[in-house]
Order: sequence, then C-alpha cells, then structure tokens
Amino acid sequence: MPILNQQEAQALLKKVLAYSKADECEVIIFASNSGNLRYARNAVSTSGANNTGSLIVSAAFGKRLGTATINEYDDASLEKVVRRAEELARLAPENPEYVPFLGPQQYEKPSASFNDKTAAVDPKFRADIVEKSLSITKKNNLVAAGYLENNQGFASMMNSKGLFAYNSSTGISFSITLRTEDGLGSGYASKAYNDVTRLDVDKLTSSAARKAAGSKNAKAIEPGKYTVILEPAAAIVLIENLVNNLDARSAEEGRSFLSKGGGKTKLGEKLMDEAVTIYSDPWHPEMPTSFYNQDGRPQEKITWVDKGAIKNMYYSRYWAQKNKVKAIPGPDAFIMTGGTATLDELIKSTEKGILVTRLWYIRSVDPQTLLYTGLTRDGTFYIENGEIKYPVKNLRFNESPVIMLNNVEALGIPERTVSGESNGNAMIPPMKLRDFTFTSLSDAI
Amino acid sequence: MKRRDFLHYAGMGLGAGLLAQLPLIGKAIPVDTPWYTIDTAKKKELADVALNAARSKGATYTDVRIGRYLNQFIITREEKVENVINTESYGIGIRVLANGCWGFASTDQMDKDSIARTAALAVSIAKENSRLITTPVELAPQKGYGEVSWKAPIEKNAFDVPLKEKADLLLSVSDAALKGGANYVGSFLFLVNEQKYFASSDGSYIDQDVHRIWPTFTVTKIDAATGKFVTRDALSAPRGMGYEYLMPRESDKIRGVTTLYRDRYDMLEDARQAATQATEKLKAKSVEPGKYDLILDPSHLWLTIHESVGHPTELDRVLGYEANFAGTSFLTLDKWESKKFQFGSPLVNIVADKTQPGSLGAVGYDDEGVATQKWDLIKDGVLVNYQAIRDQAHIIGLKQSQGCCYSQSWSDVQFQRMPNVSLQPGTAKLTPAEMIKNVEKGIFIVGNGSFSIDQQRYNFQFGGQLYYEIKNGEIVGMLNDVAYQSNTQEFWNSCKAIADQRDYRLGGSYFDGKGQPEQVSAVSHGSATARFNGVNVINTARKI
Repeated sequence: MPILNQQEAQALLKKVLAYSKADECEVIIFASNSGNLRYARNAVSTSGANNTGSLIVSAAFGKRLGTATINEYDDASLEKVVRRAEELARLAPENPEYVPFLGPQQYEKPSASFNDKTAAVDPKFRADIVEKSLSITKKNNLVAAGYLENNQGFASMMNSKGLFAYNSSTGISFSITLRTEDGLGSGYASKAYNDVTRLDVDKLTSSAARKAAGSKNAKAIEPGKYTVILEPAAAIVLIENLVNNLDARSAEEGRSFLSKGGGKTKLGEKLMDEAVTIYSDPWHPEMPTSFYNQDGRPQEKITWVDKGAIKNMYYSRYWAQKNKVKAIPGPDAFIMTGGTATLDELIKSTEKGILVTRLWYIRSVDPQTLLYTGLTRDGTFYIENGEIKYPVKNLRFNESPVIMLNNVEALGIPERTVSGESNGNAMIPPMKLRDFTFTSLSDAI
Repeated sequence: MKRRDFLHYAGMGLGAGLLAQLPLIGKAIPVDTPWYTIDTAKKKELADVALNAARSKGATYTDVRIGRYLNQFIITREEKVENVINTESYGIGIRVLANGCWGFASTDQMDKDSIARTAALAVSIAKENSRLITTPVELAPQKGYGEVSWKAPIEKNAFDVPLKEKADLLLSVSDAALKGGANYVGSFLFLVNEQKYFASSDGSYIDQDVHRIWPTFTVTKIDAATGKFVTRDALSAPRGMGYEYLMPRESDKIRGVTTLYRDRYDMLEDARQAATQATEKLKAKSVEPGKYDLILDPSHLWLTIHESVGHPTELDRVLGYEANFAGTSFLTLDKWESKKFQFGSPLVNIVADKTQPGSLGAVGYDDEGVATQKWDLIKDGVLVNYQAIRDQAHIIGLKQSQGCCYSQSWSDVQFQRMPNVSLQPGTAKLTPAEMIKNVEKGIFIVGNGSFSIDQQRYNFQFGGQLYYEIKNGEIVGMLNDVAYQSNTQEFWNSCKAIADQRDYRLGGSYFDGKGQPEQVSAVSHGSATARFNGVNVINTARKI
C-alpha cells in the first residue's frame, strides 16, 4: 500500500463507505514503509524493507458488530471486505455493550509526529550509520549486535456518522549491545525519535562501549533490599506497567491494583511519593504522538498521577457512558516529571547502592499488588561513597512499581526513552529509590 | 504483528483479562471464503517474476514466499460477544543473496511490476549492506523438490464451522463459569490458516496449508469484602489442529485432583472446574517459602521447557545473533564439543521435532524449503545438538539444515525459530499419582502462569494456575502466592522421575517472540508429568 496523503486517504475511505449497507460503518486504513538493518558479530545479518498496510471495516446492525480486514484495495476487494464485515455482524449475537460510532470530532492541531528527513532515510543511509557505529566498536575491541529501523506511515479513519481523522508519522530507532570479546562484559544503549537528526549513534555506541568494558569481572553480592539508581532505560519497563493498568473498568470491577473492597477504587488516593507526577501530552515537543485514538476520540493532555495520587483512569466509551463520566482514552506515550539532577549527580549523592542500566524479561507476578519480576542486564554496578566501585553480577527482582515509587529518594532530568520490552515511548528521569527487592543472583552476562 | 495493529484489535473489545496474554499475530479473513485459495499456477507465475528479476539484478540465490494468512477471532465477555473479527493478508517477501550478503524486501502490491521492483530493492539492499559483512553467507546445500505440497492433517476445518456454533460455545463457557460462582469470565477463540507458497532458485515450488486453533478463557473470582481477587486460566493448549480439538472425548481426559486434557479439550467442563477452583484459590493458604519437591504437570512444564531448553539450544542465540534483544545462551559451543556437558539428569531426553502431528510447529517444509525432521537435543542428560538453518549448518559441522526456519508473515524475513522441543516420557511404567505417593514435602503445579528468565537462560522464575500442597504422599489442599526460582542446569539435574508415555501431552505458545523487528511463532512442547527435587519456592504476596 502506498503512503496516502490526507486527500487520497479521504477519497479511498469514502469509496469504501459507499459500499456499506449496515446501520453504521467505520473504516480504518493504515500503512507503513519501513526499512531495517540488523547486525551481530560485527557484521550485518538479516535486513530489509517492508511495505505493508491494512484496511479494517467494522459494520453494525443494531447492537450486532462484525469486523473484517483486507490488504487488497481494488474495487472488488473493497466491496468484499465490507460485505464480510456485514455478514459477520448479521451472524453475531447482540452485544448489550455496543456503543454507536462517534460523530464528527473537534481535534486540536496535529502534532509534529512526521518528519521529512526521517521519511527520506534509505538503505545507504542505514549502512552508513551502522558502518560508523561498527568502527567505534572495533576500535574498542568489542563485539556488536545492533538494530536500526526507520519507518514512515499514516493512519486514517472515517465512519458513516461523519467522523474523519488522518495522521502521519515517522520514526527511527537504534539499539546496540556491545560485548567484550571474552564474553565477560556487556553494555547496552537505545534511543527512538520521530526526527532522525536527533539520533546520535556515536554517543550511543560509546556509552554502550563504556558499560561493556566496565562490567567485566562482576562480583556476586547477596540478594536483598538495596538502594538503586535506575537509568531511564531500566525504569521505563516497570513504570509503563503502572500506566498500562490505569483502566477504570478493571478497577471498578474489583480486579486491578486500583480496586478496593466493596466495589470502590483508589482514584484520588495518594499511592506513591509526592515527587511522582505522570501525564500524557500528544504535542510534547520531544515526543509527539497521534492527536486521536483508535476509536476516533481526541487525545488530550491528561494528568494520570499527580504528586503521588491517582488523578485519572482511562475508560472505554461503554464504561464511561454507563458511569456518566468523560470517556478519557488511554495514552499513546507518557511523561514522568523529574528533577534537575544528572545521573552522575545521583551517583555522587549515594553512599551505598546499585546502578541498574537495563531491566529485562518483565512479567506480572500478581496483578493485585502490581508485582513484577525480571532481571538486571548489560551493566550493573555497585556504588559506594558516591562512586562506582565495581560491576556486580545480574540479579532477579520481585518488585511493584507502586512500592518502588513510594521509595523515591531523588529524581533526575527526564529524557525520551524507548522500552526494551514493549517498544513504547516515554519521558523518564533517572531515579534513586530505596529498598528495591532483589531475590536471587543470575550467572548471565 | 506490529504494535499498532495489536492496539487496533485490542481496542475492538478483547476482554481485560485476556489483553495481557495476547500479542496478536498477522493482520486481520473473510467469513465466507476460507476455502478460497490462490491458484498454485498463479503463485508460480508470480514467484518466477521475482526469481527472474532478482537473478537479472545480480542475486546468486533467491527465495520467494507468497503468503495468504487468514485469522478469525471470536471474543466474549460474560454473556456478551464483544466482537468477531476476520482478517486476511496477502503479499510477497523476497530474500536474496548478492555479494555474499542477505537482502530482503516485501510488498502487498501483487502486480508483476511491483514484484520485480521489490526483488530489485532486495538486491540493492544486499549490495549496499555487503560492505558490512566479514565473511560471505555460506548456505548448506539444498536440493530443489520441484512442485510439491503439504497439508496439515486436520479432521474438521474450524473456519468451516458456523460462526454461531463457535460463538455459542464461548457463551456457554461464560454461562458455566458464572453459574459456578465466577464474577467475570473472558473467552477467546483464535483460528489461524497460513496458506504458504515457497519458491527458490534451487528449483523448489512448495505449497503448504497450515492450521492452528487456540480456545482459552480467564475466570476471575473476587472476595467482595476484602477486595482480594484471583484468576484461573483455561487448561487448554494451542494446537496445530482443526475444530476436532474442541470435540471432547472421554479417553482424552485425565481425571485427578483436577481434570486435564490430551488431544481433545472439553472447554465447558474446564470452565465449570475453573470457577470452583478460583473460589478455592481465593481461600487457599499462602505458601511457606523454602525447598520443595515439585511435581510439574505438562500443562505447566511446557513453558519451563520452552524457556530453559528451547531457547538456549537455538544456534543463532549461541552464536550471538540475538545478543541485542532476546539474548545469547549459556550452552556455548565448547559445552557441545565436549560431548559431556551434563545439562540434566540421565533421565532427561529432549528432542526437536518439526513433524509431530497436531503440534504447532508441524509443517512439511520450513520457510527456506528444507524438508522437516526430528533430532535429539539432550540425550541421557547430555547436550548433543542445537537448532540450525541453512546459513548456520556448517558451523556445527552439519551437511544440511535442520529445517527450522520460519517467518511470521510474507512481510517479514525468515530466520531460525524453535521447532517443537519436547521432553521424552519415562521408559519405566509410572503414573503421576504413583509419583506423588513418594513425595514427602512437595507442590503439584498445573497450568502456566508468570514466567521470566535471564538473557543467557540461567536464572528463571515460574508461577502456575493451580498449586496443590503434597504432604507425605498425599495432596492436602491448595496453595497460593507460589513461584519457583532456579538455575537451568541445576533444575534439570534435579529431575528425578518422569511419568510414562500414557501421560504425555502437548502444551505450547501461539506467540513466542524473537528477532528484530520482533516476530512471533507458534511452537508446541510435549512432556509427561515430571518430578524435580529440592527446588526453591518463594512467596509472592505483597501489600501496597
């Protein structure tokens, strides 16, 4: 599917809607052109380019809903996908929770999610960047595995009630793991941007190189409770799980960390340290995202956690209507506010603690307490009297982001961070936390 | 599946309890035309366009995959059908070797000009990237098979079963769970049909028809007074089967403290027992941390096998190709070369198998045109082999690929993926009940739960669905807040008993993730119930 501009997308969606015989019909189209270069053992491995997209048609008769998708766009295919959605809707039982599609919406201006320079990235550009990174790697006698991906795409939706929305975006992401030749040290760095000119591959490669060299000959320490400094790449994978669990329905139904006995929730309650504020903003200059969500609702600037208290939860349209509240959609990315300290200053202020640069394989253990487990990876260091003393072996933790954000000692300057688990984006500060719970040692390097 | 695609479907009404376990694959199929397939003569014609275009641009090897992928999801929540979704995706992926380097490009624009352009793009990427190789790609020889085909041996195509019948089954599941005392229940039926066509410059033209099915649910039970809640997930397995998997058969049931299922699943019965067990789980005592002998049911053990045996024996991880994402492996080449690395106790025999009927990994040929096979990974406890594809086979002295290359879609490049990896049943006659009789202090774990393992596959932590305390050879009641932590080699060496063939069952994952960009693959893991002595159990209860 080619990348359509707003007029082209509008024309195609109108054509699809014209085939509809349902009471209501909604059509979403999206497509992307992307390219990637993957490398390992200091040489390119699997790499390529993809052009993909999909057309999603949802048809409703009364409270019966059916959805069908296709990625062929000739007239016969377009009619076929509409008829299939309608046939599924006719066969489906009534859903008492069906909410009619939204009518026309007032959207704020689009965010700066599209960048021409990023859209122009080609195979040569990717090879040039990776060649530069590899030269730093080889100079340091390290072994690199990395991944560079660029994409440009659009998404657009239209329905029979008159709603229309279109957004385009670009992205570039780079991540690198450098290992010492003897396999005894490993370091990692990653960044993702909408704007390719922000990407500094030399700086990222050098940072991973320092961690790789510095993490050799790690010492074992006893698992237990420690003061930790989490770099943003480590913190994001826990905090995104807090933000992903702010669903109002789960909370009100009694099956979330926000639930209380008797059908009540913890909305408005202070659950974390007052230094903790988390919000979302589609127009954030460092991290622009779409100005509408997948069912066409406008995305707004919303505070989720305000000085440690749960300020807002997100709602499906059905649940909001049932409870007569505003149907706030969940965010595409989030911002955690911080302080003015640099990472180095956080380290200098620490008498005894552990610097964690990356956390890995994060899985839910208990949704009631938001308890997660996972491990440190690619550079973990012991801090004493304000200095990094020696690397330590990797550790498994069992910790809840709610408990962890109750134990805040200090927050640093937030920076755009990409999750190594979900690829989600957030602005995250480095953070110093007390009593972080490590439960066992790992031999992994 | 791309994250954005997932969010679209997620927004279409997946039940809250199911969201966590469903990174969906593929794009979105037509209800009335599952039998509609693209004519193989047409696919051959398009494949030849790509093969010729790539050759003319300088490719020394080319393979072409034309895929049509159909999915159907049916999603219910309590007494409601939230949505029924059919998805269809059609396109071509072209992989080439030029200047000794791989290149790949894919498109959904299926006219001959677009296909030729995409082939040229793949060659240009290979040539551009060839300045970044250290040694040229070395492919294990592979003979062309000519025009061949393979079809999954299903008994009843699930796409042919009327939608109403499938939706009614899920609604009956909800009804059974709610009548049984559950507060909430979300159910899900996910059907996959991969119509795959492979052609290569070696002279193969391979047409395959692959089917998978996964019925599952999550039951939630809440104590209104305390606000405490627990869930119990279905004890089904995703399978490489048709709708026959959902047609219960008494001979496929294993009766015990809970009923378990072999090759036929009784979803309704399981929903009833899930509701009862969730109520019991809510009142179960919190585990005392310490060392326990674990009796692990195949509905649980499959995931431990997957993470601690399947992944570390992937040769690409061993060599460092996954170092930046999934990680490397503690099973380094020197351990294999020594021929005496004691991975597990002598009881432990683990095989890789891409041919096992009814499994998720079964196909006739892999995604680089190699006929599938079965081989030993761990023999009498010793590491004896890895999982290798064509460009890796020479590294471990193989003369041909082991046939475990896979791509999730026509749009993504194929790479080494895990075949079915299964623990072989014990040779001495032994039932799980007889095994439990000999345990003084232990826990019987059923169903897969929380799971996490480090990037070299040493340290892991697993939870389950149901935990039964064993005291002096008897099951005395249910436990809660259980997770076990161990080291892979220690754990497999603590394996002291494996039940016999009668207890052998398949579990598996629809969504095993690996690679960058991340791709999912479906893989089964078989085992019989097994005993592991002296494993460290932690208590996971917290207060917030």
